[in-house]
Amino acid sequence: TPLMDTVPPQVVPGADPSARQLCFAWGPAEVLVCETLFDRAGGSRSRCLSWSPSPSRLWGEGRAGTAARALTGSVAGTGEGAPSFSRVFVVRRDQDIYIQTLRKLFNESHGIFMGLQRSEEELAGRSRKAQLVQVSKNYRSVIRACMEDMHQAAVSTRDPALQGQYSTQVSILSAMELIWNLCEILFVEAAAAGPLLLRLLDWVRLHVCDVDSMVQEVLSSESPSKHKLFWNVVDVFVLQGRMDEARHLLSKEASANPISMNMYKILDDLMKKMPVPNHGNTQTLTELELKWQHWHEECQRYLQDGTFASNPHMESICKILLGDEDAILEKKELMTTWYHFLVTRLLYSHPTVKPLELRFYAQSSMDLFLGGESSPEPLDMILMAAFEFEMHQVIKECSIVLSNWWFVAHLTDLLDHCKLLQSHNLYFGSNMREFLLLEYASGLFSHHSLWQLGVDYFDHCPEYGRVYLELHIERIPLSTEQKALKVLRICEQRQMHEQVRSICKIMAMKALRNNRLGSALSWSIRAKDAAFATLISDRFLKDYCERGCFSDLDLIDNLGPSMLLSDRLTFLGKYREFHRLYGEKRFPEAARLLLTLMTAHIAPCSFWMTLLTDALPLLEQKEVIFSAEQTYELMRCLEDLTAGNPDKQKFQDDDVETTKVEMLRLALARNLARVIVKEGTVEGS
Amino acid sequence: AMEDVSAKFVSQKISRTRWRPLPAAALQAPDLFATGSWDNEDNRISIWSAGDLGNAGLNGEYHGEPHLLCDIQHNGDVMDMQFLDQERIVVASSTGTVTIFRHHQNNHTLSASHRWEKAHYHVNQDTSCGGAACTGVVCNNPEIVTVGEDGRINLFRADQKDAVRTIDNADSSTLHAVTFLRTTEILTVNSIGQLKIWDLRQQRNEPSQIFSLAGDRVPLHCVDRHPNQQHIVATGGQDGMLSIWDIRQGTMPVSLLNAHEAEMWEVHFHPSDPDHLFTCSEDGSLWHWDTSTNVSEKPSFLHQGGRSTAYLSHSTINQSVVSAWLSNDPTKDRMEITNLIPNQTLSVNSLDVLGPCLVYGTDAEAIYVNRQLFA
Repeated sequence: TPLMDTVPPQVVPGADPSARQLCFAWGPAEVLVCETLFDRAGGSRSRCLSWSPSPSRLWGEGRAGTAARALTGSVAGTGEGAPSFSRVFVVRRDQDIYIQTLRKLFNESHGIFMGLQRSEEELAGRSRKAQLVQVSKNYRSVIRACMEDMHQAAVSTRDPALQGQYSTQVSILSAMELIWNLCEILFVEAAAAGPLLLRLLDWVRLHVCDVDSMVQEVLSSESPSKHKLFWNVVDVFVLQGRMDEARHLLSKEASANPISMNMYKILDDLMKKMPVPNHGNTQTLTELELKWQHWHEECQRYLQDGTFASNPHMESICKILLGDEDAILEKKELMTTWYHFLVTRLLYSHPTVKPLELRFYAQSSMDLFLGGESSPEPLDMILMAAFEFEMHQVIKECSIVLSNWWFVAHLTDLLDHCKLLQSHNLYFGSNMREFLLLEYASGLFSHHSLWQLGVDYFDHCPEYGRVYLELHIERIPLSTEQKALKVLRICEQRQMHEQVRSICKIMAMKALRNNRLGSALSWSIRAKDAAFATLISDRFLKDYCERGCFSDLDLIDNLGPSMLLSDRLTFLGKYREFHRLYGEKRFPEAARLLLTLMTAHIAPCSFWMTLLTDALPLLEQKEVIFSAEQTYELMRCLEDLTAGNPDKQKFQDDDVETTKVEMLRLALARNLARVIVKEGTVEGS
Repeated sequence: AMEDVSAKFVSQKISRTRWRPLPAAALQAPDLFATGSWDNEDNRISIWSAGDLGNAGLNGEYHGEPHLLCDIQHNGDVMDMQFLDQERIVVASSTGTVTIFRHHQNNHTLSASHRWEKAHYHVNQDTSCGGAACTGVVCNNPEIVTVGEDGRINLFRADQKDAVRTIDNADSSTLHAVTFLRTTEILTVNSIGQLKIWDLRQQRNEPSQIFSLAGDRVPLHCVDRHPNQQHIVATGGQDGMLSIWDIRQGTMPVSLLNAHEAEMWEVHFHPSDPDHLFTCSEDGSLWHWDTSTNVSEKPSFLHQGGRSTAYLSHSTINQSVVSAWLSNDPTKDRMEITNLIPNQTLSVNSLDVLGPCLVYGTDAEAIYVNRQLFA
């Protein structure tokens, strides 16, 4: 049976829906797909795939998890059909979960997620916001660290296929960070007019790295101003608003050109004087706009009087400073993306842009930049949705495009903590945050190793988290006792009694199958499972009857208070105590205990014969041990056993049993005679 | 302090971390450690360099995260792991197999040098024979003792193909851990709260002494012996309780100390400074227990996340020289306890201490190295 472990989400290779009907069986994190006997016209009877409740546990521990489940499915699907129908496909809903390098992302972000859930909601406005921004930055730094690892892996591998895979992952992670960062600026921090532009500039500088190598090449050359890409680098700095760096480079060129010194000086001065919003609150937006207007007019003047006419490079820079769209667009290659163009445009023509005005500039920047040559890609649509403050659209698009739930689940949770998503309820399930967290955590649970992380995510889904956890936890294969203990701890902490019982029962069953009665008993004691404790006690007693000695004395002698869990266990403990007393030759105590076991109905009736036989050697001791009264009681027990139940007739036919009963009667009669004499003598004297 | 800790996410859940032992009379700090993983489709034994020792920063702090030197695939979960000597590591597997791996130090490679297949096994009702998890291993070169879920005790010699001695059904419940008490005696702990001493010279297959927790028979998961005073033994239980036993007297622990909220997976006395003890737990905490502070000299305070200590002593016997661990006068000797991991959520499965260095590994797939424990 061919198994497709990971397949693209839309197409199941090998399955041909045009030729045959497909049928599906939905598991919690995977879908089984198989071809049915239905022909297109319909009519024939279908065979069903069934998703067994916890197959990996029932079918042993060989290959835990998915493979075992898939095999189970395939067995279910092929039972009666032709061999050609025996293909079963496993389709997973979260592909990225299985990428080794991303496990770092899942684990480290789990810690951040937990920190966020614990964080103080009561913190006042500004410090709460600072806290949330910090959380957002932490998430991003994990993405970046992962990206670096992935990049390293890509560089160090020799396998071209693997290299391609890693590179794809790097670009996906990079896109994720880009989107997250923009959401951080617009939604989490909700930067206001002024600082907003500064943040967007940082965003562009951080993410447009295609030009970095060029900048590096020019700066590290012997004489940068002679380099053929010199002006390109100056332009890059200007386009990104890195004025100091641009001026530094220009000053080198100026010193090499004494004739045009004045021109450089003027441009340098303009660049130096350019008003920028500052982080502090020292100037109002009106003040800034006023200064800006003034500076703008000055630039305009210099451009119009032809100050830079002799140098096309400087003239174009001056035009950029004036926010001339055509001049900026000429540098398309240096910006590489429409959102860089947007930010440059804002910097030089609308530095005090308000958040809600962004959408207009964003749309027109994209249109201008792409110029009808190419259509926007998914990433463009996501960023556009962010600029339009359509948070739900961002999340929706990301859910469709990305091959993981990690991104949307964590981003949505963060936005929810920012109290930005409350009004939005889905028409199915609970709210969007919970829906996405459930999806993500279900993916984790389908992984053979990452399931532990999923638990905490379910814990923070108030509506369905518990139910999901209950369903998923039962599917964790319990390969060792240690693993079972870990799963058990999770269930106990959450008062999941049903699951606790089931885990202990499974472990007790396993131990029993392996003839580990002691282990089996301690598992049923842990689950307080009286019925199972009874079953195991019976096994102990059966073993004793067969072998004539107890196994696992270290356990039975140390039952302690757990002895009270079941009547049979109590009997087992007490019966063993009788043997100990007998062994220590404490006959009167042993005799008393033996009798009590029957008269107080602690011993099961089926065991009375054994107990009475055990009384034989005591009856035969030199000194009299059973008193007259005790002897009468023993006799009554024997009569109850032999006469009380008509079913026992058969057993009376048994020769050995008959002999035993007769021997007992004889011993009892003799003991009675001896005790009457003894008691009479003692009382008479 | 947390700043001295370097962490590395390793994309596998770590079940064991062990420092490579230092050659006798070595003065330098340990630099290499081994880890084992569990619950992966592909589990591994890995050797790590603790970080760049040459790069001491301005304030004497060390930089650099642990980096991988070599690794090798391991069949089954790594249940326990011990260095036999500087080059060889003995690994206990959930498949019941015990393997000696050799770390070739010149070219940093690992290879399996000896293997005892199914050293631990179950005999099923249908008399088929399946591997049973080997839960604990302890070495005293060349001797190796292993225990398992099958209640079996094996004694191997590194240079011999077959077991030197096997005690079948030594325990009717699961044996969780083992350590040497003396060269010929071992200590085991089991899942019904018992601590047993076995004398390997004796031919009878029974423990020479049994100690046990009172009340509910809470399973014991780990055991360590005081490096200098061999009668002092520490165990950790399923309820997170640290028990200190004096095996010269009584059958119950001298004191029960409570700090963890879930299974205590490992307990280690500091090998050269045994006033300090370290424990880690399923609850994601790692406690440092310090009895070296004298309350009369220095007011005892509890660090972040610290809780008060509880003393439940069962006997009061006057001893001329009382170890701080056995003392049960809470007013005179105070224990200072510190949680070294305040915000961890997933289990800390293993820890090891050597010199000033601590290494631990978690289910959150990270390993941590702290090289200034007592700073």
